[in-house]
Amino acid sequence: MAKGVWMVAEQRDGALRKVSFEIASAARKLADELGDEVCAVVIGSGVEGLAPELGKYGVDKVYVADAPVFANYTTDAYAAAVAKVVKENDPAILLCAASVLGKDLSSRLAGTLATGLAADCTELKIADGKLIAVRPMYAGKCFGQVVTSSFPQMASLRPNVFPVKENAKAGAVVKFDAGVSDADVKAKTVEVQKDASGKMELTEADVIVSGGRGMKGPEGYAILEELAGLLRAAVGASRASVDAGWRPQSDQVGQTGKVVSPNLYIACGISGAIQHLAGMSSSKYIVAINKDAEAPIFAKADYGIVDDLFKVVPEVTKEVKKILS
Amino acid sequence: MNIVACVKQVPDTEALIKVKPDGSGIDEGGIKWVMNPYDEYGVEEALRLKEAKGGEVTIVSVGPARAMETIRTALAMGAEKGVHVSDPLLDNTDAYTTAAALAAVIKGLNPDIIFCGQRAIDDDSGQVGSILAAILGIPQVTIVTKLEMADGKIKAIKPIEGAQLVIESTLPCVITTQKGLNEPRYASLPGIMKAKKKPVDVKNAAALGIATEPKAKVAKMTPPPDRAPGKIIAGDDPAAKAAELVRLLREEAKVI
Repeated sequence: MAKGVWMVAEQRDGALRKVSFEIASAARKLADELGDEVCAVVIGSGVEGLAPELGKYGVDKVYVADAPVFANYTTDAYAAAVAKVVKENDPAILLCAASVLGKDLSSRLAGTLATGLAADCTELKIADGKLIAVRPMYAGKCFGQVVTSSFPQMASLRPNVFPVKENAKAGAVVKFDAGVSDADVKAKTVEVQKDASGKMELTEADVIVSGGRGMKGPEGYAILEELAGLLRAAVGASRASVDAGWRPQSDQVGQTGKVVSPNLYIACGISGAIQHLAGMSSSKYIVAINKDAEAPIFAKADYGIVDDLFKVVPEVTKEVKKILS
Repeated sequence: MNIVACVKQVPDTEALIKVKPDGSGIDEGGIKWVMNPYDEYGVEEALRLKEAKGGEVTIVSVGPARAMETIRTALAMGAEKGVHVSDPLLDNTDAYTTAAALAAVIKGLNPDIIFCGQRAIDDDSGQVGSILAAILGIPQVTIVTKLEMADGKIKAIKPIEGAQLVIESTLPCVITTQKGLNEPRYASLPGIMKAKKKPVDVKNAAALGIATEPKAKVAKMTPPPDRAPGKIIAGDDPAAKAAELVRLLREEAKVI
């Protein structure tokens, strides 16, 4: 009988990512309801020392596969290692991050384990001992409640949504041999090119300052960059401004770009096309600055200013500087 | 080269999505159906590969009768033939079952490379390409923005948070395609005429010998929660309005 709430912790360069603590906190909550324990899987090279950190957020046991073959993420090696330990232990629930690598890993695992996966979930519940995973569909135009008939019941959790909660447990290390060698890796990561700009990742940012067609051109974004710098925010863009070549594709927020849920989303010169609203309407607070009072974005905004953004944004920046000084 | 591109028909990005009152699905009335935008990059990349290396592109789709339009669109873009898995038992099925259906078709095609969109913009699962690769027992490279092929291998760029990975994979493999990979072509008028005569095999689940019961079932759909009506900060002076906004964000919302 499948038992236990399991999770895959995501680490990069030997450090756990924040989403891992979000998942641990969510896993603890489910396990407490079920009266089960939380087990985490950590795969990497030189990562054994990460276990106590997971213990702090409610993890009872940490299964660690530590070997040079895991130095860089590869689907083949990581999925083989997780699948092995999961098959041996038969958990009821397996949670992963819906980060870029977590999505790759969790979907491969769903295939390898031949089980159901609810991807990019924003809420998890237990009903009659079963996991109910709530996830946005159609980029948030509606939500689906997913029930999985096979085990483990898999879900990937959208970063930045689940609260991090300390709840000290043992975090005891259980080392395991994944039995994976270099020869098993068919798709190899031959290079990791780090983004030297130090740019904040949209899907992980607490605050996003975003600009649309109203920015009038690539140079218009300078005022958004300045405000974003002060707020430690990421800068986003609408599809119109990406398609116009003003901003890189990686900045696009919307149904065919990134779906984000920051604490604060400041939309400047964005009218609010359906496909854009789909990508940001789960933000906790939305601010709209647009000179068109009829723009649909105002219907989603908690706070709106109808005015020329080129006059308003620099004033907002000045005010933020005042309160931060 | 034997190339496969998988496509899905989805509602257009501007479509208003209404959930049926009983929560069993979405109301399909008035929806304009299009090829999933991420699949367009896959079809385009398949065609470019064929044009560079020779060979044939087969389009495979799982979907109701209307999905044939999307297969014809891909054929009009330049693919040679199609396979349409159409079965009421597979309507709105899950990622695993879709991938199993695709795998059953694709096994027989013996491909060198398979393209899938990185996710479909309807259910947003982003799983089918990976599950397909797992079932076929071949490597995957997901969310790819650049692809090269040489010496029987591929080299792909995969952006992740704060970095990009350069990945080399053996063939055959599954590539899932992301915006930025290429600029998909439009079907030409002669292409559309020719597409009408290109062969498309139609198969059902029984012919493929696959199980149709989904592993992850959407038990209920709901509309998104309503947002409380917001405040428009009134006034004529941009500086005063900006000051009020910052005050509200700090004192009321407590987000800065």
